[in-house]
Amino acid sequence: MEEYALIMRHEDGAKIASPEQMQEWMKQTMDWIGGIAAQNKFVSGTGLPFDGARVVTTKNSKRLVTNGPFGDIKETIGGFVIVKADSFDEAVEFAKGCPVLQGEGNSLEVRKIAKGDGVH
Amino acid sequence: MEQQELIPHLFRTEFRKIAAVLCKHFGIEHIETAEDIASDTFLLAVETWTYEGLPANPTAWLYTVAKNKTKNYFHRSHIFSEKIVSEIKKTFPKTEQPEINLSEQNITDSQLQMLFAICHPSIPTESQIGLALRILCGFGINEIANAFLTNNETINKRLFRAKEKLRAEKVKIEFPDKPEIRNRLETVLTTLYLFFSEGYYSESDDMILREDLCEEAMRLTFMLIGNEQTNLPAVNALFSLMCFHSSRFAARKNEKGEMILYHDQDESLWNQELIIKGIYFLHEAAKGNEVSKYHIEASIAYWHTIKSDTKEKWENILQLYNKLLQIEYSPIAALNRTYALSKANSKQEAIIEAEKLNLADNHFYFALLGELYTDLDDNKAKENFQKAISLAKTQTGKQTIQKKVEQLAIKKISIPD
Repeated sequence: MEEYALIMRHEDGAKIASPEQMQEWMKQTMDWIGGIAAQNKFVSGTGLPFDGARVVTTKNSKRLVTNGPFGDIKETIGGFVIVKADSFDEAVEFAKGCPVLQGEGNSLEVRKIAKGDGVH
Repeated sequence: MEQQELIPHLFRTEFRKIAAVLCKHFGIEHIETAEDIASDTFLLAVETWTYEGLPANPTAWLYTVAKNKTKNYFHRSHIFSEKIVSEIKKTFPKTEQPEINLSEQNITDSQLQMLFAICHPSIPTESQIGLALRILCGFGINEIANAFLTNNETINKRLFRAKEKLRAEKVKIEFPDKPEIRNRLETVLTTLYLFFSEGYYSESDDMILREDLCEEAMRLTFMLIGNEQTNLPAVNALFSLMCFHSSRFAARKNEKGEMILYHDQDESLWNQELIIKGIYFLHEAAKGNEVSKYHIEASIAYWHTIKSDTKEKWENILQLYNKLLQIEYSPIAALNRTYALSKANSKQEAIIEAEKLNLADNHFYFALLGELYTDLDDNKAKENFQKAISLAKTQTGKQTIQKKVEQLAIKKISIPD
């Protein structure tokens, strides 16, 4: 069994949702994660709130720090979940259930976690 | 109290105190000596009191006898003269014989320290529970064997091996250092949690014994709350959980000893005093930022003290199970979570989720599917209940599910389709 990261990407992190909508998304996300955990396939995960976020770039060999919203960067990462799965296909099945996908243009990126064995 | 009742009562309350103090006094390598002296003390009490009547203060009498027996033991023992004397002379240069201290404070301290010593990761949990029952709760080998549904010989062997192991590991009877307390406490809490479950979920027919087990597990947990250093949020949460569970003791079995499922329980039999206690300690557990699995389980148990089926209740329970499973997976939590999902969201959604659980060897899995299909597809419900019956390992387990099948049949007669 390998570990995979399901990375949630939002098309526009600056969009503001109503508290009711936030609460509904929160429940759906918790139910989605709970469903993975109920199969004993959950490893870890966290949301990444946009509040106070910074972007660090290089301009003329100098580090430049800008506040969010993210301007040029179209997509922002809203959080990630690490799951156990036998294959990419199984990890993808978990990803399909993520409520983030209800938003048109949002996406989930499925990536295998490096084992740190010197090869990967 | 009459003499016939008094001796067993004193045995229950005083044996464990004397045993713990003596263990502490002698060190873990002489745990059997401590047990023997404590047993001999009671033997002498039975013999003497039968002929001479009760002494004015039976407890003081027992302590004096225990002290004298210890002194005699010291005189006789080679181990003492060879190994301990030199040590003791270093520690107590002026006194010839160390006095056994049976003050309340030393009793509590010794019991707590013994609890840490016994709940040692080097021995299996069931041995930890066995030793705790023997040394800290004063249970007889017979009672321990009944609780574990096994025979005396197995228990004797198990305890013997556990004591050997503690000796070999040179486990010290002492309070762990402050930075170590949290780590060691985790093992202690796991043992107490399983100790309680042993009583609560035991298949043993002996109701009184099972309740005793739960009470003893609660007493030991409460002892941790009584000590400043171990009065930590997780301990309060565990105690709260135990209060909520035991509040349903009277309601969960009928007079024939058959299990009554939560849904069919008479809530007027729930012990309100224990529920209030549970709420109090859940509040205590909320001091600080720590959220242990005991916090979550206690919160789930709290919601179950509200009998009526509201959306709010099941939504809360569902989210708590979602969290619990992230901390620690267990098949039973996965099944309960799916049931909560059916109540909070829908049966249809729960069926889809249930089929992903991969628990086809578990009879509760089929019992759950039976429950979920009831009213949606009664034939499928029946099929699943029957699979559950064939997989259930105990007679009580089979009977409980059989009732569900009968209810389906009754429904079919009364509602023609």
